[in-house]
Amino acid sequence: MKFPVQTSPHVEATSSVSDLMTTVLWALVPGTVVAVWLLGWGVLFNVMLAVGAAWLAEALMLWLRARPFRPALTDRSVLITGWILALCLPNLAPWWLPVVGAVFAVVVAKQLYGGIGYNLFNPAMVGYVVLLVSFPEAMTRWGAPIDGGAASLSLTQAAQWTFLGVLPAATGFDALSQATPLDQWRMLVTHGGEIRGVAASVWQGGGWSLWLNLAFLAGGAWMFYRGAIRWHIPVAMIAGVLLMSGLLWGIDPARFAGPMFHLLAGGVIFGALFVATDPVSASTTPRGRLVFGFGIGVLAVLIRSFGNYPDGVAFAILLMNLAVPLIDYYTQPPVFGRKPGHATESVTQSRGES
Amino acid sequence: MPEARATVSEGLHGFHGGLLLDEHKAPACDRPVCDIPLVEEYVLPLHMHIGAPAIPVVAEGDRVRRGQLLARPDDFISAGIHAPTSGVILAIEPRALPHPGGLSAQSIVLKADGRDEACEPLDPWPDYHDKSPVEIRSRLREAGIVGLGGAVFPTAVKLATANPGGVETLVLNGAECEPYISCDDRLMQEEPLAILRGAQVILHAVSASRCLIGIEDNKPRAVAALQEAIDRLAAEEGEARFEIKVVPTIYPAGGEKQLIRTLTGIEIPRGRHLTDYQMLCLNVGTAASSWRAVVDGRALTERIVTVAGGGVHASQNLRVRIGTPVAKVIEAAGGYTPGVDRLLMGGPMMGFALHEDEVPVVKATNCLLALRPVDREPPPTPQPCIRCSRCSEACPADLLPQQLYWYARAQQFDRSHDYHLFDCIECGVCSAVCPSHIPLVQYFRHAKTEIWSQEREKVKAEHARRRFEFHNERIERQKAEREAALAKKRAAIQAAQEKKAKQAAAGESEAASADGEKEKSAAGMSIEAARARAKARKAQAQDPAKAQDRRQASPELGDDAGPSGTPPEGDAPDDRPQDDRPGGAS
Repeated sequence: MKFPVQTSPHVEATSSVSDLMTTVLWALVPGTVVAVWLLGWGVLFNVMLAVGAAWLAEALMLWLRARPFRPALTDRSVLITGWILALCLPNLAPWWLPVVGAVFAVVVAKQLYGGIGYNLFNPAMVGYVVLLVSFPEAMTRWGAPIDGGAASLSLTQAAQWTFLGVLPAATGFDALSQATPLDQWRMLVTHGGEIRGVAASVWQGGGWSLWLNLAFLAGGAWMFYRGAIRWHIPVAMIAGVLLMSGLLWGIDPARFAGPMFHLLAGGVIFGALFVATDPVSASTTPRGRLVFGFGIGVLAVLIRSFGNYPDGVAFAILLMNLAVPLIDYYTQPPVFGRKPGHATESVTQSRGES
Repeated sequence: MPEARATVSEGLHGFHGGLLLDEHKAPACDRPVCDIPLVEEYVLPLHMHIGAPAIPVVAEGDRVRRGQLLARPDDFISAGIHAPTSGVILAIEPRALPHPGGLSAQSIVLKADGRDEACEPLDPWPDYHDKSPVEIRSRLREAGIVGLGGAVFPTAVKLATANPGGVETLVLNGAECEPYISCDDRLMQEEPLAILRGAQVILHAVSASRCLIGIEDNKPRAVAALQEAIDRLAAEEGEARFEIKVVPTIYPAGGEKQLIRTLTGIEIPRGRHLTDYQMLCLNVGTAASSWRAVVDGRALTERIVTVAGGGVHASQNLRVRIGTPVAKVIEAAGGYTPGVDRLLMGGPMMGFALHEDEVPVVKATNCLLALRPVDREPPPTPQPCIRCSRCSEACPADLLPQQLYWYARAQQFDRSHDYHLFDCIECGVCSAVCPSHIPLVQYFRHAKTEIWSQEREKVKAEHARRRFEFHNERIERQKAEREAALAKKRAAIQAAQEKKAKQAAAGESEAASADGEKEKSAAGMSIEAARARAKARKAQAQDPAKAQDRRQASPELGDDAGPSGTPPEGDAPDDRPQDDRPGGAS
């Protein structure tokens, strides 16, 4: 009897990319639900628009590149790109903002680099930064959370605003919008003022960000439990944020915000769990991941404190993406039998015994 | 799957990575080992061990009996081959091998006569204690004993490498970590004493002071049986050198280096031998057959083979004579079930697929695994690597398969080398965990092969370069010598001419006698020239001697300059005395 020949191993696959991506998608759900509850329907529109645009852009690019549709469109990675980008956008953004960002992210940052696995930079962050640089005004359309803010708009009102730019008669845009804590802090820093009040507002008026971060943490715990992410990057990144901000705060508390403010404001928790852990653009060695995460944390605080943009997480991630090949090269774990000191010690030991 | 687990020993060291697999050990591991009926024809490849192929000592038409030597070991690293039953040598010709490439090789074909007469055994040494290590080694060599865990390295050679430094610890490998395989499990359950006796022989041969037996905790009955036998030996003979170490079931716990790491915490780097660390590692089956060879004088003519998988009707362990066609073994296990589409030799992780079942069982055959599509999913199409690094987290050699893959794909083999490609033991864990379903092991095998052939090319080119340089040098030298001779000749002529001119100036009056002088000087010149030639010849006669030296030196130079720190040393599969293969060794 004759048989077809395959090479070893001959066991079934234990996991797949789409399983991995599905875990991440589920992990995004609690954060998104809380964001919709706190920040209004605009968040949901952002997600739907960005995900849809990303998916279509991926399909279009696959067609142009003459690549098979099935694997790339069913691995669900492009949905994550769109979704993550959407969660970074202001809740009162016009409809074209998520669309432009998602298309740029998928077409330029992902497909032009060769599709999944080949992108040097995190596509969602590239899309976000492009929007931030190109449309600074639209990117500041943050509606205030909960009471009286964007969440008070009904589904129809929110849709009218997103797609037509029309608000209910009695409501002005200024009534809805509010500078984010990071923006407020930046204003104070640049115009001189008391920093303590802003830090306190995170806990009082801005207590919402705590809920949002807890929801993201729940998602992160799920990903960790399912093995979709490892602990190294989030832990190292948060450590980097706390250490760097603590250091600056210790030097001059009047000029720099405290560690807790940095941790809870902006995208630190979200970025640490969902963005920096993107395997393709992150470091792959255990020590490398610690360096990578820590670097992002430090850079994010530095950019927030000294840079021109209120939040530095996206820039920090992109900068560290750039450093990944170098980090990976210098953090290779020692291979079996070549751990420093290990083998030689054993030799002398066993020789000594015998 | 047996529910009960043996208690894992304390103080183990473990190893990095590894993989929990579905074990599929039952039902074969629950059923006693059966003999299979004689078949008509046995095929014995001359090369079924590591090292040089054996040399036939029988001819076509010879009558042979069971246990008779058919082919003698050729080189230091080689092993003899013996008749599995009595019969007539039908042919010595190329036959299909159980080989991943489907190769054929010179084999002895034995037609059984059905009488199964045994030949005179080798001199039995029930009391082997007065035999020297050398005598025991030559007995193992004579009896064709090789590592039965899958690496088939001649056991005598393995013991010989131990002598200079001495051995303190003998490790018996009974981990058997590959799914489905249970031949060692059954052996430990049924013949624990044979294993221990064999280990005693080896302990004597290498004067080791203790023996650790590593067994995975999914074999509680094997652990119990061996423990009972150890207790009995301790009670009856005061034997206290044995100790069972129960290790956690995690693939590839049975890889030699992984097992040593688990038991002792010592990592053996690539290129080093276990004996550098005063250790020796043998498969339990090898120990048992060593005992039979030394104490009973019986050569290695059979082994236990696990026949398993959904592709056969009755999964079980069979005692199979070496050379039995695989098809007959499958028949003995109830035959194929409908839908079988893959036949493996070895386990699912490291075994290779057979092209056909008309190949013989060889000394390395620990398992025949017949699979149907329902036993495994169809291979999914590979997707791009997403650098999730599950492979490096699971790699028992602490490598970065994702980087190796990158360089192997880009054909940057020198970079693969930097990332320690040759430390890869091809255990298959990376491929099994890859969510992108990339056949990583296949890439690594390919890269290794490419590097080996590049190295060979490099060595060849280096030889060619040296040859060419030597050739040029010789041409140059000859030219120089010729010129020197010519210069001498010219000088001689000039001298003669000057002399003549002087003479001419001295006495024109003696012009009459000038003709005579001229002849004389011409004669002198030819004598000078002859002398010069002779000198040149002498010089040349000395030089070839030098040249000879250089020629002898050149291959050495070539070897030195060749693969500085690259494959051939420990990588060529042919000269590694250690059983690195986790699958089999298990």
